[in-house]
Amino acid sequence: MNGPQDLGGQMGHGPVVPEPNEPLFHAEWEKRALAITLAMGACGAWTIDTSRHARESLPPATYLAASYYEIWIRALENLLRAHGLVDARDLAAGHAATPAKAVKRVLKAEDVAGVLAAGSPYGRPCASEPQFRPGDRVVARNDHVATHTRLPRYIRGREGEIIANHGSYVLPDSNAHGGGESPTWCYGVLFRSEDLWGAGAEPGSEVMVDCWEPYLTLAPIRAS
Amino acid sequence: MELRVKALETILVEKGYVDPAALDVLIETYEHRIGPKNGARVVARAWSDADYLLRLRADATTAIAELGFSGRQGEHMRIVENTPEVHNLVVCTLCSCYPWSVLGLPPVWYKSAPYRSRAVIDPRGVLRDFGVEVPADTKLRVWDSTAELRYLVIPMRPKGADGMDEDALAALVTRDSMIGTGLALAPGVDR
Repeated sequence: MNGPQDLGGQMGHGPVVPEPNEPLFHAEWEKRALAITLAMGACGAWTIDTSRHARESLPPATYLAASYYEIWIRALENLLRAHGLVDARDLAAGHAATPAKAVKRVLKAEDVAGVLAAGSPYGRPCASEPQFRPGDRVVARNDHVATHTRLPRYIRGREGEIIANHGSYVLPDSNAHGGGESPTWCYGVLFRSEDLWGAGAEPGSEVMVDCWEPYLTLAPIRAS
Repeated sequence: MELRVKALETILVEKGYVDPAALDVLIETYEHRIGPKNGARVVARAWSDADYLLRLRADATTAIAELGFSGRQGEHMRIVENTPEVHNLVVCTLCSCYPWSVLGLPPVWYKSAPYRSRAVIDPRGVLRDFGVEVPADTKLRVWDSTAELRYLVIPMRPKGADGMDEDALAALVTRDSMIGTGLALAPGVDR
């Protein structure tokens, strides 16, 4: 979706301000926010793609004004309500005011190390042959969908070159919305900065973007 | 946010969705066990062992797991090597994707709108925000982590680091040098 998360190439956000000796957390609540977000993810009620979509679906003014852990918490509340796990009455009371719903799993302390070490690999075998090969010229589709996608706006309609076939992976566009994992080939695509940004582009710089196959079409063949 | 998060945690615990002890273990893990020291070991090994570098190039996920680093947000690793010709910079314009297994949790600036918006359109300007100048004839290659692949930059080995062992080399490898917003430290210079 064309939400506030799609920041590549936007202007006016100011300089990057690195914080010397930045602490890992800036407040106690950030630690709790991290932990409950990860623990709820482990319940299996939604996928990582659904979580990302919940974050990008926050109102743009809220998203841009919030710290990243605040974005996580606001999105987590929305996910919990959407899945019927938490109710407005619970949130108003600050306690469980309604009955719990069954979840697939509850992450136990003794399982944390194993679960984190295993991670969640997203590679899946794909039934079809890859449509593109390294060296192919491709154009990113200019599709503006209201649903989740990992095709950023700044490459839509732009031409690039397939550098690598990364293998086939869960397709976020489908997996975010209960449409299944739909394993799909994913490619590393190289875009020249002048093709993305025009005359003012940084000379000689380039951007590599990982694109699932449905994001791309073969570029028209041009006379050389 | 403090009260809001506390209330939410209370609700989730009371409903039995989360185990409070698991929350403490999660926090302890990312505070103390997983961080950029992991990535620095990978870089130091890559600098000192040519066979290991070849394994990293061929299959970074497996080669990094040799050192004991694997798992969440490091399931599909790739390395990108800085050279005099190419300087690599990693960003996630769409959210905050970051190789947790080797770098830990991302710093605030990595998740911020200024970095995510400008890294792709003005990479040299972003590097200047970090006080980093790369030569004008060095190409800047920006990696936008839009999928589940996670990128670890192998910075150039600094001059004067010949003959140093892996522990000493790892001490030269900063977090930012593995994102591309910094360079490895020169031996004998305080950070």
